[in-house]
Amino acid sequence: MDTTEYITSGTLEFYVYGLLSEQENVEVNEMAQKHESVKAEILSIEKAVINLSHGISPHLSAENYEKIRQKLIEKHNGVVQMQPKRSMNPYIGWAAAVVLMFGLAFQYYKYNEVTKEVEAVNVQKSKFEQLLASTEQKNAEAEKALAIIRDNASTTVALAGQEIAPKAYAKVYVNKTKNEIYVDVSGLPKAPAGKVYQVWALKLDPLTPTSIGVIGDATTQNGIFKVENNETAQAFGITLEPAGGSPTPTLEQLYALGKV
Amino acid sequence: MTQEELLEQIYKKDGKAFTALYDMYSKSLYGVIFNLLKDKEESEDVLQDVFVKIWKNIESYNEGKGRFFTWILNIARNASIDRLRSKGHNNSKKNLSADNFVHILDYNTTATNKIDAIGIREFINKLKPKCIRLIDLLFFKGYTQQEASDELEIPLGTVKTQNRNCIGELRTILQE
Repeated sequence: MDTTEYITSGTLEFYVYGLLSEQENVEVNEMAQKHESVKAEILSIEKAVINLSHGISPHLSAENYEKIRQKLIEKHNGVVQMQPKRSMNPYIGWAAAVVLMFGLAFQYYKYNEVTKEVEAVNVQKSKFEQLLASTEQKNAEAEKALAIIRDNASTTVALAGQEIAPKAYAKVYVNKTKNEIYVDVSGLPKAPAGKVYQVWALKLDPLTPTSIGVIGDATTQNGIFKVENNETAQAFGITLEPAGGSPTPTLEQLYALGKV
Repeated sequence: MTQEELLEQIYKKDGKAFTALYDMYSKSLYGVIFNLLKDKEESEDVLQDVFVKIWKNIESYNEGKGRFFTWILNIARNASIDRLRSKGHNNSKKNLSADNFVHILDYNTTATNKIDAIGIREFINKLKPKCIRLIDLLFFKGYTQQEASDELEIPLGTVKTQNRNCIGELRTILQE
């Protein structure tokens, strides 16, 4: 249908008035959706009659709104959410809400800051604890080493560096009273990965080496290691061997050697 | 605010939606109700019922049925006519046609409204008397095409187009 003809038929006015049948309403709805001009016409008619009825309406007291509000609250308590109209309370409420929100945000910010500080302090504390523990451990080792060296019953065997490392040296402390032997390997170069130093007690005639210990990680123990006691040793030697040690010394890898 | 924006607020259960609804339509509906009941207290009472009804049944409105304003206009007219009947008024629409919305202006007694009334009277006087009668019966009182034709003694086939011309006039006056 031609929209101009449709508009001028007067049906749209009846549509706004609510005088059409359901079937006719459906038709108008369809037309309004298809044609912008039909929709605009409906809005314009509606605006005109709203203005007219609004204009001729007698004064409507403000109490009316409040009465309706009361009726809705009484009859449908909890179902309908309504606000008192044009009172200052909402503004005060909003203002309070805003202040509260800022307050909460500030508290939260402060809380976060303090939490971060506590975390930082805790991290520092555990660092100090670790430092203290390792210092104590080092101290204990140093004292132990010192005790071994100072002991009057200890004899010191100096092991001189050999061909492969002329500047290397090591010391063996033999305590005949306690039947203990300690080796100080701090004068040897750091063992390469996959290799370990092995300590041998030697009988000289004929040359008989006996393994008295394998030194795994020289860095952790202040260079002084307890090895097996050997009462017949006439000399001590240290060789570099594959990890785990060897049954017999690899003489090409002899680092230090010294007689008792 | 447009009808669409209002409905969106209502569907969202916005707490301000009822206030917006009231602000947008209370005076229009009060005009329609008062035009039928001609009594301030009675009309205010019906208006209150109408808004309670609208709010209570708002879920049953759907845009496919027609304009939202049309829906609430029908509620207001029906509630007013029900009130007339319950008060023992003769329910024939004949009685309703004795007065029209222009007479409402005579009821306005408050000072502020007198000034408004003068303005609106001037404005309405620009409408042809025939148009006042037609718009009064069809829009304000919900007469059918047939009833209006009988009442005003105009051919049934011309009710719609005559009314359209009257609304056209009204729109022109409103734009002035």
